[in-house]
This record gives sequence, C-alpha cells and structure tokens, in this order.
Amino acid sequence: MDRLVIGGRELKSRLFIGSGKFADERIIGDIVAQTGVEVVTVALRRVSLSGDGENILHCIPKECVLLPNTSGARTAEEAIRIARLARAAGCGNWVKIEVISDNKYLLPDNNETIKATRVLAEEGFVVLPYMHPDLYAAKELERAGAAAVMPLGAPIGTNRGLKTKEIVRILIEECSVPVIVDAGIGKPSEAAEAMEMGAAACLVNTAIATAGDPLVMARAFSQAVEAGRLAYLAQPGETTEYARASSPLTGFLGS
Amino acid sequence: MRATVNGVPVELPGATPLLAFLAERKLDPAVVVIEYNGQILHRDRWPDTCISDGDTLEILSFVGGG
Repeated sequence: MDRLVIGGRELKSRLFIGSGKFADERIIGDIVAQTGVEVVTVALRRVSLSGDGENILHCIPKECVLLPNTSGARTAEEAIRIARLARAAGCGNWVKIEVISDNKYLLPDNNETIKATRVLAEEGFVVLPYMHPDLYAAKELERAGAAAVMPLGAPIGTNRGLKTKEIVRILIEECSVPVIVDAGIGKPSEAAEAMEMGAAACLVNTAIATAGDPLVMARAFSQAVEAGRLAYLAQPGETTEYARASSPLTGFLGS
Repeated sequence: MRATVNGVPVELPGATPLLAFLAERKLDPAVVVIEYNGQILHRDRWPDTCISDGDTLEILSFVGGG
C-alpha cells in the first residue's frame, strides 16, 4: 500500500492545488470532485471595508485540508504572525511557510523559513515550508520539525518546469520527510517527471488556474502525478548507450 | 474618535461594539479573523470588545492563493 501521511492525515491524492488566479474560483469544487484533490492552499488578506470582499472558503469543499500560506511575509516573525492568524481563523493547523523578500524572482529565504518553521512546529502546526532547493537547508528544516519540505521547480508562476531537477533529486534521496515540488511546474509531463524521481507530491496553481480549460488541466495533472508515482514505484529499467534488441535476433530469416 | 482599521483611519462617533462595526460594514464574522492592537482577538471575546479611540485593528479573511 503506497501511503502518503502528513500531519497524521493519510492523503490519497498526491496533487495539491493552489486557489489563486482562477478566473472563477467556483471551479475549485469541480476540480476536487473530479480529481480527488485533498489539499488546497489559500492566502490571508485584509478584507475590503466596504464589505464586498470574496470568500474563497465557500468555493473549497469542506473535506479538503486547507493549507494557508504565509505569502506577504518578508521575515520569520511576519510568517509566524500570519500562521497564528490563519489558525485562529479556525481552519486547522496546517501552514505553508513562505518567506519572500525578493520581488523579482520571488525566491524564498531559507534562513527565515527555518526560523519560522522551528517556532511554528513547536506550537503544534503541521509545517510545510516552501524552500529554495538546498540540501543543508532541507536537513535543517527537518530538524526544525517540518512535516515535509517543498522545494521550487522554477520561480513562482513561471510555468517553466523542473529547472531545479538535479538538486530536487538529491533532496528526495537524502530527506527523511516527504519532498513536495512546489512552484514552477507548468505542464503535466513536468509533474510526472518529478513524481518519477520519487517526489511525494506536487503543488500546482498557476499551470491549472491559467490554463484555457482549468478543469481539464487539473485532470491532466492528477493523472500525470498518479502515472509518475506508479512509474517510480515500478522502478524504471536501466538506460544504456547502445541498442539492445527487444525481440530475438536469431532463429528466423537467414539465421 | 479615530481608530485605524486595516491601515486606514476610521472615524467613529464613539466607542463602538466590534460586532456592530462588522455588521455595519457588512462583514461576515464567520469568515474573518481579527488582530486587535497587535494581538489575535479570539472569537469568544468579540461580543465584549469595543473599538475605542486610538485602537488598531486588522480584519482579515482567506483569499485565493498558491
């Protein structure tokens, strides 16, 4: 039985989705219904005082695990503040730590992320830190109590794919917590590639939300993640330099 | 009196019950979380809380995000 357990919850779907950028957020319910996605990220923002604000929670089925992120945080202290507010909002104790002060590439600050993870794990949060792929930082996040580590494939929202493949492969090999590829994955084939390497899951937002047909793209991602996982479990055969016949070359026509 | 709500100065006629303020702004208490003078204000204290002169509030809710 191939199980993924995070924070004591067993997850059947290894595709996590973000809820940002959808032209119509009501489609999230259809995505969950058709793909079995169980983890959905959300963000926390000031309400509009004119009372005309959205409420994303109405669009996310109750059975989902809500994964609030700490987007907007530039330091560990700000991330901790946002995480505590998110938990006070009554949506569970999972949190995606995201600490970013680089406005051009939105690359995460691993040092601040480690500090925030240590404090929040101690407070009983299930901490999933978004990180720049780095082995030492990943091991430090493990020691800090992270429930998983989430290295980026490429900068947020770029749909550029698994640019960090070699280092993510090393993290998968060396980490004892699940490695979830988060950010940058643009196509289902790239998600499948991450899963074939042994990633525990993929978190996808932009590639689904901005697709011409987000629902069909979510289904494609769901199947790709599943196919990639199966391929990983099946243990691919070795690659070789020269051809090796799949059919017998002797015993017929001229032999 | 003046309070600051979500970074914006807000003029109020006097000490205002928090729940009345939310209702007047058509903000659903069920979907917001509030930081009151820098501290998370737990839901069970909302009925007893009044916004007073000089107070700072952050009223937040969940939005789409990745």
